[in-house]
Amino acid sequence: MTSWIEIGALDDIPRLGSRVVRTPSGNIAVFRTESDEVFALDDRCPHKGGPLSQGIVHNKRVTCPLHNFVIELANGQAVAPDEGCTHTHPAKVENGVVWLSVRQAAAVS
Amino acid sequence: MLDKVTKQKLVVIGNGMAGIRTVEALLERAPDLYDITVFGSEPYGNYNRILLSPVLAGEKTVDDIMLNTVDWYEDNNITLRKGETISMIDRRTCEVVTDAGDRVPYDRLLIATGSNPIMLPLPGKELPGVIGFRDIYDVDRMIKASTNYRNAVVIGGGLLGLEAANGLMKRGMNVTVVHLLDTLMERQLDPVAGGLLRKSLEERGMVFKMPAQTQAILGEDRVTGVRFGDGTELAADLVVMAVGIRPNFELAKKAGLYCERGIVVSDTMQTYDGRIYAVGECVQHRRQTYGLVAPLFDQAKVCANHLAMKGFATYDGSVTSTKLKVTGIDLFSAGDFAPGPDKEEIVLQDANRGVYKRIILKDKKIVGAVLYGDTIDGPWYFQHLRDGTDVSHMRERLVFGAANLGDGGVNGQNSVAAMSDETEICGCNGVCKGAIVKAISEKKLFTLDDVRAHTKASSSCGSCTGLVEQVLAFTLGGDYSAAPKVKPLCKCTDHSHDDVRRVIVEQQLKTIPAVMRFMEWKTLNGCHSCRPALNYYLLATWPGEYRDDQQSRFINERVHANIQKDGTYSVVPRMWGGVTTPSELRAIADVAEKFNIPTVKVTGGQRIDLLGVKKEDLPAVWADLNDAGMVSGHAYAKGLRTVKTCVGSEWCRFGTQDSTGLGVKLEKFMWGSWTPAKVKLGVSGCPRNCAEATCKDVGVVCVDSGYEIHFAGAAGLHIKGTEFLTKVETEDETLEVIVALTQLYREEGWYLERMYKWCDRVGLEQIRKRVVDDIANRKALFARFAHSQQFAQTDPWAERASRGVDRNEFAPLAELELA
Ligand SMILES: Cc1cc2nc3c(=O)[nH]c(=O)nc-3n(C[C@H](O)[C@H](O)[C@H](O)COP(=O)(O)OP(=O)(O)OC[C@H]3O[C@@H](n4cnc5c(N)ncnc54)[C@H](O)[C@@H]3O)c2cc1C
Ligand code: SF4
Ligand code: SF4
Ligand code: FES
Repeated sequence: MTSWIEIGALDDIPRLGSRVVRTPSGNIAVFRTESDEVFALDDRCPHKGGPLSQGIVHNKRVTCPLHNFVIELANGQAVAPDEGCTHTHPAKVENGVVWLSVRQAAAVS
Repeated sequence: MLDKVTKQKLVVIGNGMAGIRTVEALLERAPDLYDITVFGSEPYGNYNRILLSPVLAGEKTVDDIMLNTVDWYEDNNITLRKGETISMIDRRTCEVVTDAGDRVPYDRLLIATGSNPIMLPLPGKELPGVIGFRDIYDVDRMIKASTNYRNAVVIGGGLLGLEAANGLMKRGMNVTVVHLLDTLMERQLDPVAGGLLRKSLEERGMVFKMPAQTQAILGEDRVTGVRFGDGTELAADLVVMAVGIRPNFELAKKAGLYCERGIVVSDTMQTYDGRIYAVGECVQHRRQTYGLVAPLFDQAKVCANHLAMKGFATYDGSVTSTKLKVTGIDLFSAGDFAPGPDKEEIVLQDANRGVYKRIILKDKKIVGAVLYGDTIDGPWYFQHLRDGTDVSHMRERLVFGAANLGDGGVNGQNSVAAMSDETEICGCNGVCKGAIVKAISEKKLFTLDDVRAHTKASSSCGSCTGLVEQVLAFTLGGDYSAAPKVKPLCKCTDHSHDDVRRVIVEQQLKTIPAVMRFMEWKTLNGCHSCRPALNYYLLATWPGEYRDDQQSRFINERVHANIQKDGTYSVVPRMWGGVTTPSELRAIADVAEKFNIPTVKVTGGQRIDLLGVKKEDLPAVWADLNDAGMVSGHAYAKGLRTVKTCVGSEWCRFGTQDSTGLGVKLEKFMWGSWTPAKVKLGVSGCPRNCAEATCKDVGVVCVDSGYEIHFAGAAGLHIKGTEFLTKVETEDETLEVIVALTQLYREEGWYLERMYKWCDRVGLEQIRKRVVDDIANRKALFARFAHSQQFAQTDPWAERASRGVDRNEFAPLAELELA
């Protein structure tokens, strides 16, 4: 079951940028693309845990600020040749408000 | 000689685009059939009239647009009589008569006299400064006017008027476009696209007065203004009339040839007198006249066939499409787009991307298309329009274009791949994709110029250059990139750093999306390599004008601190020349304690580094440091970092000059500037070189008699001693040379290219010549640096700590208790 939590206004996230949502089990990075889609991922790069929220966003990807892994926002996969995957969370925009549904890491694994 | 006598004589009146295209086609089909003489009023060979607009805009020269030079006529045994006008055709004796009274006989005659600009019959229209826009002579006069006068009025908001206005604006004039109707280019555009066009031209500085009717042109010895129907007046030193063209058929009419709105011709391009042909804008064919080259070139082919006595081709009229040649504006229109009860339309409007597309359907077929902002699919729609394809099966996705119907890729390559072989790529010359692909593979072509030479594609108006390049890339596949070529900036583009920098300047591109659009980037928003590079190039090119794009900055430059491996940041306050005070040190100590900063360390550049600061604490840390008088040390920047100094003559027993003072002076002048890569300076007070100046990007070694300036050193991944640049006598000169050097690097360096690599690439002597030997150039460089510093020297910390800039950046969006 998905339970949606309102986390703020779309306008508070810069286009081609990201903001962080704090949770007890770690930060979640919420990204906004140029066309106002939002994606949520754990704020941890699969490489060495770099904060993806601080990276440069391009199309539907983000480049990790530490060593330039490129991560697909939609599924958290690192773009080849790099390997690894970051946990994603459902996110959506309705009437300019961003909603997040936090998936427990435990529930998935 | 004998040969010559037996040959038939072909005389051509009009040395323009249609006439010469006919001659070229004739030579291809029957090289030796005629003895050809061409008369042209203009004192040139044949040139590409379409490209007068870029000549006016300063993007091309007259030499660039020559199609057939005088040599070409000689090589092909054609007698060119340039600068001579035909004033009469004597059909009885089969002769033409020049304005000097010379009579020249013909067996066949080709009339290709083009058209004349319509000059509105207004009072004052004869005044000097009132001109049309048709030939090199007009362009010369406009360019001259732009250097002597300020205000231009262009009457007519059609294709030609807007291209004239754009060119004059680029030449620095204040331009007002006066248009009778309330939509620009109403013959090609619907009101929405017209509105978008107007908006983007207004953003570039063009002024519009519309709807407005011009009533009189004012002035005594030269035009001084224009009066409108509503009584208002506008100052003008130059008035360009671009309200339309009138086919030039007086000569034919006087000779008794049947004319209506043009010289009436048959499907074989013959006039009522079978020996006399006519092509081009002066012609009326099946009630139509044409004002674009594509149909004229179709006519030329047919006419050449008939002249070559291979009379099987006939001309049945053309459907035309249009592109506006204003650099940076993408506009395409074709067919009929007036709304009607039996028509359906599909509209896509994306205000964010500045894209508008309207496709008009009738009986399941495309009958018209207007595209603005994204014209890549123009040829594809045009193809379906001309073929009358039943598009009902793809109606849903039609508006997204060929790529979407193919394999859904976002970049142009796929859309080229998806085009059928019959899709026309070059509208001017009627070259389809198949012909280009064939030429590339059969003739082993590798470059755009080859393709131009072999197929003529992209050789007229140039609007299809991008498409032709994509066809090249797609056809050659791996080979295309393997062809010798400069290194592209990154995977998102084939253009090199130098190309990008040059085009930004030439085309006055002022935003990242504008660069990407104009240079046909292959990805939607670029990537982490090209975006920061473009951001830097725009910033360095348009100081004060370009708005820094934070989202295109690497995180360190976005938050003005250095990211560390655990996601915390390090903060380095500026210490001018490495000199500090007890109170600054106290403030640093206080900050470290207050925010529990785990590590405090001295850096290699004589600064103090506070490591392990949490992102959300950054603004408060900065506020405290600001209060103690300290500002950002830019330890994170592709910009001026530190100036390392020794104590020099102030304290040291060997010191020859005040190295500390000079270092502080340099740092105060240069801090805040962005550069292609980091720049570190060092100033040593004597050749013992305690400040290690000779492994810095720029180093000064003081000596008794002055200052030795060195540069292009490095002590990082590579270790390299500096090169000696020059020696000067005063501190002021030292500053001037170093600043000029840095500015040259700012203007020419590739993003992330350190100064020593730049020096390797362009050469020490080249650099020395421009910053040392050429004193005027040095001063100009210095002035440009100083100008850009006005906008660069604001402390980013203070802006964020107390002025709330980017407040969002530092706080979390939300905190969730339960997850
Ligand atoms: C600024 C500008 C931009 C344009 N942009 C485009 C565009 O983007 N796309 C497009 O398709 N079209 C464009 N056109 C239109 C295109 O240039 C014309 O359609 C084309 O040049 C017409 O060819 P033509 O041979 O009929 O006439 P011209 O090229 O005008 O040639 C006629 C020649 O005949 C000469 N002549 C006339 N009378 C005599 C005489 N009695 N004796 C001797 N010589 C004579 C004239 O001096 C002239 O040189 C543009 C035109 C201009 C002016
Ligand atoms: S470089 Fe020369 S002047 Fe400077 S500290 Fe060393 S010895 Fe003294
Ligand atoms: S030398 Fe290497 S490890 Fe040390 S600070 Fe520089 S980059 Fe980091
Ligand atoms: S931690 Fe993300 S690339 Fe290394």
